[in-house]
Amino acid sequence: MTSTSASSLSPAAAPARSRAGRLAGPAVFVGVLAVALGVLPAVLEPFRLNLVAQYLCFAIVGLGIAVAWGRGGMLVLGQGVFFGLGGYAMGMYLTLERVSSDPLSGGVPDFMSWSGISELPLLWRPFAHPAVAIATAVLLPGLVAALLGWAVFRQRVRGAYFAILNQALAAAFVILLINQQHLTGGTNGLTRFPTLFGASLYSADTKRWVYVAVVLVAALVYLAFRQVVRSRYGALLVAVRDGEDRVRFLGYDPTWVKTLAYTLSAMAAGVGGALFVVVMGIIAPSSLGIVPSLMMVLAVAIGGRFSLAGAALGAVLMNAAETAFSESFAGGWTYLQGALFVLVIVFAPRGLAGIAESAAGWWRSRRQPQGSSQ
Amino acid sequence: MRTVDTINQLLAQLPVGLSIGAVLLLAALGLNFTFGQMGVINMAHGELIMVGAYTAFVAQAWVGLPSSYALLVALPAAFAVTGLLGLALEAGLIRHFYGRPLDTLLLTFGIGLVLQQLARDVFGAPNVSVPAPPWLAGGLTVAGMHLPYARLFILALAAACVAATAYYLSRSRSGRRMRAVIHNRDLAAVSGIAVRRVDAATFFLGSGLAGVAGVALTLIGPTGPTTGTNYIVDAFLVVVVGGLGQLRGTVLAAFALGLLNAMVEPWSGASLAKVVVFAAIIVFLQLRPQGMFTVRTRALT
Repeated sequence: MTSTSASSLSPAAAPARSRAGRLAGPAVFVGVLAVALGVLPAVLEPFRLNLVAQYLCFAIVGLGIAVAWGRGGMLVLGQGVFFGLGGYAMGMYLTLERVSSDPLSGGVPDFMSWSGISELPLLWRPFAHPAVAIATAVLLPGLVAALLGWAVFRQRVRGAYFAILNQALAAAFVILLINQQHLTGGTNGLTRFPTLFGASLYSADTKRWVYVAVVLVAALVYLAFRQVVRSRYGALLVAVRDGEDRVRFLGYDPTWVKTLAYTLSAMAAGVGGALFVVVMGIIAPSSLGIVPSLMMVLAVAIGGRFSLAGAALGAVLMNAAETAFSESFAGGWTYLQGALFVLVIVFAPRGLAGIAESAAGWWRSRRQPQGSSQ
Repeated sequence: MRTVDTINQLLAQLPVGLSIGAVLLLAALGLNFTFGQMGVINMAHGELIMVGAYTAFVAQAWVGLPSSYALLVALPAAFAVTGLLGLALEAGLIRHFYGRPLDTLLLTFGIGLVLQQLARDVFGAPNVSVPAPPWLAGGLTVAGMHLPYARLFILALAAACVAATAYYLSRSRSGRRMRAVIHNRDLAAVSGIAVRRVDAATFFLGSGLAGVAGVALTLIGPTGPTTGTNYIVDAFLVVVVGGLGQLRGTVLAAFALGLLNAMVEPWSGASLAKVVVFAAIIVFLQLRPQGMFTVRTRALT
């Protein structure tokens, strides 16, 4: 990872930018937010709007990956697990909301009554309260990541080992979900949610409000992570990525630095998963396994792992491309996808954001041939 | 009495564990070269296994070899096919990425996607089955345990592959050069070893072994475009637990994971067995973060 230029990484390395340059970032952010909140709901039909909300859920996951992988150098290949934990927590609440409004259900979801369970299992009971479900969706992924991260980083398990452990975690998680069918709904997952907090999820109005909520959460996560990567901690995280032993010799403990970043990325994935369930109305093991987890990372690679905005954009673009292409010509899309990954890794390891930065740098240097801006 | 029962039960699982271990070993043996020794997180290894399995299919269904000896032809043929494929990948793409292991993972995953889709287009999405040779039908019954010949053949094949690899690495000139490059690349280069040629040879060998594993897999199940993906993560875990680039570590870890899987399964079900194995690996890495065996170096990381 030494090939990346300093300017794309450290917040301090943008010294001599003009006032307009400094304001460009926030201006773009406000502009994108205004378009997302003001223009898109007015011009897009509810179905399309829902798709955009779905892409944004993956953008939230992508923001977390950009922190853990781009800044921290940890290749998190098991984000599907945390996405799933968040999704299932929220899905359990939505399922119970349906069950409680349905007098024929007997108080348990249908897949449970098929397995002969007539009383709600203890594991499910707390999820009848929306606050518990939402808190679990955010905190449980963080807790799991914190424990796992602490255990492996403490022993200096890193790089490829860490990546493969994450993949194995994703594999084990999916197998567990499928086989505990009486608790999780098995391969079908949790689905058919007619209402959210009493409002019909099929109405265009609710869909619009869900979309607005997703946009706001994505913006909040972006701002929060922007603070994180610009803080002293963010600098420390980059330092750990580039020279873990040096940081250790300077008196810091890389274990908690990495564990925190991993935890944050898991929480983002949990939030993304929880929103995804509300938007799509389904959470199932098939969207959480090794390959979906890899896809989440690859979207970030294409967008630009070193840039938060790039990571979010990559997630939106890749998922949009998937809906656009995969239905009309599935086989061709897989070839295109595979080729795209290879091309991006070979020619643009910093992704779209890297290309944009190089272009911006070239533009600036053309305008100021002396190379100084003051 | 109950402990005796438990021990009997565990003993009954022994052949199952050994046979899972043999499959894991075959799948991981090639990875031990490409991942363990060269540091390439080769996600396409699973697809190379798949190509090997389809080579066995082609030998029977397209070339029309009778199933009695098609298997014996398919083994070297698959070794050559996947070896050359691996060689092409190394020369064309992967060699630019040495020292960037996480990028190789994404790169080889992309290659794997393309290979999978190619298989889908050429052979169709449904699984195909490769008839096993008649002389592998049936099995032995030893002390009340049924041992299918196909499983015994895989065990023997794994043993043969390990023996051949060990002999090659320790006795042949090019094998010794390979070890020298792995131990200390710069020192090997100044000693006059053509390190680039050794890299290519290592990749050829690792990829070829994937092909052999693929042919073996046709004996125990149908072959499909995603055959390899089912084994790839387990194979990686074997290499990680055994210690990178350690042949004896890979052998021990493959059988340890196979046995653990088989022993846990009866009382927990297949789903929890995977989870237990994963937890065991995390605990094991707490004790030995570098795997069972490591090359002793003075490097920090």
